[in-house]
Amino acid sequence: MDKTIHFRIRRQDNPRSAPYWQEFQIPYRPEHNVVSALMEIRENPVTTQGEKVEPVAWESNCMEEVCGSCTMLINGKPRQACSTLVDTLTEPIVLEPLTKFPVVRDLMVDRQAMFESLKKVKAWIDIDGSWNVHTGGPRISPQEWEENYIYSRCMTCGCCMEACPQFGPSYPFVGPATLAQVRLMNAHPTGKYFRADRLHAIMGEGGLSDCGNAQNCVEVCPKDIPLTTAIGELGRQTTIQMLKDLFGPGR
Amino acid sequence: MSSKQPRTIVVGGGLGGLWACLALAESGVAVDLFCLFEVKRSHSCCAQGGINAVLDTKGQQDSIRQHIVDTIKGGAYLANQPPIKTMCEEAPGLIRTFERMGVTFSRTPEGLMDLRLFGGVKNRRTCFAGASTGQQLLYGVDSQVRKYEALERVKKYEWWEFLSLILDEEGSCRGIVALDLRDMSVKAFPADAVILATGGLGLIYGKSTNSTNSTGAAASRAYQQGALFLNGEFIQFHPTGMLGDDKTRLMSEAARGEGGRIWVPKNPKERRAPRDIPENDRFYFLEEWYPAYGNTVPRDVASRAIWKVVKDLGLGVHGEDKVFLDLTHLPAEFLERRLGAILEIYRKFKGVDPCQDVVEIFPAIHYSMGGLWVDWEKDPVTGGMKLGSARNHSTSIPGLYACGECDGAYHGANRLGANSLLSASFSGRVAGQSVATYVKGLKQTAATLPSSLFEQAQKQQEEVNQALVSSDGKENPYVLHRELGDIMRKKVGVVRQNAELDQALSQLAELQERSARIGLDEKADWSNLSLPYARQVQDMIVLARVIAQGARLRDEFRGAHYKPEFELKLPEGKFPGDPEYDEYIDNWKRNNEKWLKSTIAKHTIEGPRISYRPVDTSVFPPEQPRDYR
Repeated sequence: MDKTIHFRIRRQDNPRSAPYWQEFQIPYRPEHNVVSALMEIRENPVTTQGEKVEPVAWESNCMEEVCGSCTMLINGKPRQACSTLVDTLTEPIVLEPLTKFPVVRDLMVDRQAMFESLKKVKAWIDIDGSWNVHTGGPRISPQEWEENYIYSRCMTCGCCMEACPQFGPSYPFVGPATLAQVRLMNAHPTGKYFRADRLHAIMGEGGLSDCGNAQNCVEVCPKDIPLTTAIGELGRQTTIQMLKDLFGPGR
Repeated sequence: MSSKQPRTIVVGGGLGGLWACLALAESGVAVDLFCLFEVKRSHSCCAQGGINAVLDTKGQQDSIRQHIVDTIKGGAYLANQPPIKTMCEEAPGLIRTFERMGVTFSRTPEGLMDLRLFGGVKNRRTCFAGASTGQQLLYGVDSQVRKYEALERVKKYEWWEFLSLILDEEGSCRGIVALDLRDMSVKAFPADAVILATGGLGLIYGKSTNSTNSTGAAASRAYQQGALFLNGEFIQFHPTGMLGDDKTRLMSEAARGEGGRIWVPKNPKERRAPRDIPENDRFYFLEEWYPAYGNTVPRDVASRAIWKVVKDLGLGVHGEDKVFLDLTHLPAEFLERRLGAILEIYRKFKGVDPCQDVVEIFPAIHYSMGGLWVDWEKDPVTGGMKLGSARNHSTSIPGLYACGECDGAYHGANRLGANSLLSASFSGRVAGQSVATYVKGLKQTAATLPSSLFEQAQKQQEEVNQALVSSDGKENPYVLHRELGDIMRKKVGVVRQNAELDQALSQLAELQERSARIGLDEKADWSNLSLPYARQVQDMIVLARVIAQGARLRDEFRGAHYKPEFELKLPEGKFPGDPEYDEYIDNWKRNNEKWLKSTIAKHTIEGPRISYRPVDTSVFPPEQPRDYR
């Protein structure tokens, strides 16, 4: 047989059923990424043992590593399948769903917890309304921009949550991605006005103090977001907030 | 919620859909938002370069009038002008709103929003957030909608697919039938108005710069239920696509705007590494052919020039379908700051660093100027669109609205770069406001209609699914999709010929017949991906026929629709005042009398029925052709 790419894929038919493994082989092409390989498997899902099976289910959309959909464990590491070239991987290439989120089917998981957390910490800037207020937004220095922009690139993909020992279905921790958004919103010139609300949201159970400082998150972020820096900054902010709550006016 | 309270539905959670939600929520109208996936993953996040708005902060005397004129001329006069006028006028306020939402726009040294140059424009007019502007704008509106979600004024239905409209006896839209993509159940959702914000249709061409969910299936479903489709034949090819097996990824136009140069070796047998080829042996064809705009000519002009260099002059790199985009003369630090995200994509997918080495590119299918036809109300005082009118962005089906790329209102025959984020945002807001007006004027809410209307619509869709699941047909939807893409790319592409379009039409009709015999290998009753995909393929083929039929009948060259046979060539080296140029203008005007009209497609069992409608050119009448020399 000509050169092939060998996959080992952890499968699960639905959230309630037991997982199982299957292996697939497709003809080698150097330009294959993991999604394009999955697409090829999908068209004719026959295992290495020659058994015709249901196509593997996974999630993808932009194919440019900007939407966050296709995050999965690839050889044990959480990353986007679309931007992972097979040529960079050792074989068999092992694909698994993220383990910190409920499996929907095969490689698809339900990341709703991340979006719920964004609600919980009020990750938005309060504006009076989306209408024209006939005045410009606040000025922001290029240095501030540079520091903030990196946080705005978070695509809620879940890599950092997967790597975090404190995050999981049975833990209340909101996780590093959510905290980084608090850092971003709190740094905005008008976002600051409601800084106390966001800080209070992360000062209780499941908040900042649940971080165990393992620093795994920053290692796996595909956008190199300085998550631990954000967590450090929030540590200072919450401490000051705590003192303000004790001694001074709430805001 | 009492049954007297109006309820509305928005389908699609990209920039347009989220803006529509926001406008409705702010008007106090309840919204159900449907999306195929988590809204934050929508295709809007792929837009890199920027969003146009006249801020005139670069000392170039930029004006809103000029933005209007550029948009109209860029679209080769094919778009109705009052909505364009209002969009450009509203753009600066819209940008300021984004800024207030916390969007991380790039800044000047004094902390103002920076502006960059984009194709088809002579002034700096494009606001940007690094090279991920679409992502940042999407996240900005997403965060605002989340606030209303937390207040329970917006309810999200993520992982649901829109299958059909529910039309009452009078033909008004009264809700949708949708498929739960997890448990595969079909459900009817009554509503008093529906907004489709379902994006582009690039997947009809197989490979494109679009996300894998941009199939156009939702727009096709509305079309098949009677909504008129506008200017389907106008498909934009992005000149700087990087070829891949699974997708043609985009190299943003910002790469040209920031100083990128396009060239090919003068000798097609050139074997030296690109960086070793001396200037004298390079052919900077855009700079040579279009000295005024150089590398920042509009997309269609650049795409055709690349096509000509490769296909007619035989100068493609290594004899293949590609040319060079060169950034290596620019400082790496500057490139990193201005184009970081797109450099990163290229490095990741190609393993080459664009700061060090030239990039190989070729035109790729990128954007549909056409889309569902939408109405507007003209303001007699301003000559623009009357904001707040229930007519704005209403499709031909009462109660059904469309916004974003799935409507065809703003870009005519060709879209200018950085105008799509603008039209998506603006049209989303307008559609939301229009629907707020519309539902307040309704005599009867959907909740008071007989339940049989909704039960029947639901049953009908259940039967369609059942038929597909139990079909013993032999056609494979993946094979059909690949064949569809091949036909469209080869025969309904950058350069179009009637003989080929005739072939494409008969092949598409045949493909449609075959698509009725799809059989599914997948039998899963949970998160079955083949079933919705098979239905999308069927609906893509229907829309492909609209595109091809419109292209076949339009015997002219306008914007992105290029038929060399009918091209009126600008006389070389001649300018206004020269008799040859004046003759050209006369011919151009005569052609406009014949062809300056909107293509309207209506669905019939036999295929699309095409008619034409006049274009409102009251803002900037067609006196000057596009001339980017």
